[in-house]
Amino acid sequence: MYYKTKSYRIFYALNIILLSLISLACILPLIHVLALSFSSGLAVSANKVTFWPVDFNLDSYKRTLGDADFLVAFYLSVARVVLGVVIGIAVTVLTAYPLSKMDSLKGGRVIAWFFVFTMLFNGGLIPSYILIQKLHLMNTIWALVLPGALGVYNMILMLNFFRAIPKELEEASLIDGAGHMTTLIRIYLPISMPSIATIVLFVAVGHWNAWFDGLIYMQKENWPMSTLLQTMIKAPDLSQRTVSDAEIVNLTERTLKSAKIFIGTLPILLVYPFLQRYFVKGIVLGAVKG
Amino acid sequence: MRLRKNAVLYWMLLPGMILVFVFHYLPMAGLVMAFQDFKPWLGFVKSPWVGWENFQMAFQREDSLQVVWNTFFIACTKIIVNLVVPVVFALLLNEIRHMGLKKVIQTLVYLPHFLSWVVFGGIVGDILSSQGIINTLVLPSLGLDPILFLADGNWFRFVVIVSDNWKEFGFATIVFLAALSNIDPSLYEAAEVDGANRWRQTWAVTLPALVPIVIVVGTLAMSSVLNAGFDQIFNLYNPLVYDKGDIIDTFVYRVGLLNSEFGLGTAIGLFKSAVGFIMVIIAYVLASRFANYRIF
Repeated sequence: MYYKTKSYRIFYALNIILLSLISLACILPLIHVLALSFSSGLAVSANKVTFWPVDFNLDSYKRTLGDADFLVAFYLSVARVVLGVVIGIAVTVLTAYPLSKMDSLKGGRVIAWFFVFTMLFNGGLIPSYILIQKLHLMNTIWALVLPGALGVYNMILMLNFFRAIPKELEEASLIDGAGHMTTLIRIYLPISMPSIATIVLFVAVGHWNAWFDGLIYMQKENWPMSTLLQTMIKAPDLSQRTVSDAEIVNLTERTLKSAKIFIGTLPILLVYPFLQRYFVKGIVLGAVKG
Repeated sequence: MRLRKNAVLYWMLLPGMILVFVFHYLPMAGLVMAFQDFKPWLGFVKSPWVGWENFQMAFQREDSLQVVWNTFFIACTKIIVNLVVPVVFALLLNEIRHMGLKKVIQTLVYLPHFLSWVVFGGIVGDILSSQGIINTLVLPSLGLDPILFLADGNWFRFVVIVSDNWKEFGFATIVFLAALSNIDPSLYEAAEVDGANRWRQTWAVTLPALVPIVIVVGTLAMSSVLNAGFDQIFNLYNPLVYDKGDIIDTFVYRVGLLNSEFGLGTAIGLFKSAVGFIMVIIAYVLASRFANYRIF
């Protein structure tokens, strides 16, 4: 066997070392910033912190989370995630089900291309901005939820999944007198739970991470979490807050920023194990079908 | 009977079609702004028509030409790097026979894809800053001088390309790993019997099996020739690197939206959308011809 030869064994050992180093490189910067956020400002300024906190303290988190803006932003982010997931999944499933029968549905292919065309061409930033203005959606949560409610890519994933469900199931249900709506809810949805779970997680992560729409459509006091974090990380403003002498030892711009970076990352880290269980399968299903 | 039952299918499509019409097709109609001197208080009907003036302006201004070139350069380099690295990584990972280790590696390299550029850009900005760990610890220990990664245009481009690859390469390996796991093991056994070592097997069995999916991913990526990554650039750049790092999307945001030059911004945006559209059509035709790719 090839893997018993000496040259392959040397390659194998080097390969393991190389891949381990690369994977560590994906996670170490995050750990470094996490360590910074728990360290004292003095230690950070003196470059003493690498991957473990020095002079462990929680001051930068207390300061960041004590901010009233933060609570509002957190609430708005949760609201947009929930609304975005509920509306998004409902519309995605409702669209994918009829299109999964596009060949027997009159006009089905044309309608499918009506959706796909939006992936190929778009009006761009400024017309979209003016549209939101004209619809009087400015500074409402609907400006964050509705424009992207139907993710065409997710819809195609769902559509391809529905197509793989045996026709006999649907026919049996229709012959029994059930309508399409009942068939969708009673037959299709229960079978499709794994792929729906994938899309739920993707949509939720997408809404949590979205920041630019908040920046242009919402006023400052209604910024969701990611937008607030973006403005704080990109252009930190310490001037409006007074820092007491006791705090200055532990707080610097960098420790505060690091705490914010970690707060923005934490929800993603929490759902990542669930994400990982599903996404590999979902993506492969959608991408490599012949 | 069948037909009556099918009517409900069209009702199901309605909400999605309305959403897509309002939020995707109406903005396309708004592209007429590219041919107007658009004033919000006059609207689409009363704003004066200026023909191709906005485009002429866009291609005469030195800064916007530079921006188009920056976008093209960064996007094309990303396309190549983001194709080659994941393929090589997938090949190397495919050799690992310890399933536990393979799983751990996959868990770690997929993670950055799910972080937003807000936090990932924050991390990159911190470690590359003048007080960051690279400039205060890594480079001095190698005997090198500090580097202003985010303040020097050429270094900025380098950082943009490398950090994008660093965030996305892992996730991009998924499709290649899937293709590798679909290879019929008997092909390797036959090659083994013929006396082929692993290197020969890789050339004769593994790579040919990867070619179709590499063609699909590669051609579909062509549609991004003017997509240099707004989120990333916006969260990393600063006025010092506008000359080398400003791209179409960030330019449209600053000039079109912040400075309210709606006509000019829309014209440049339309240029980008049109180029993307042409590329995606070419890519789709190529991918369907050479790799039998279909969306549905």
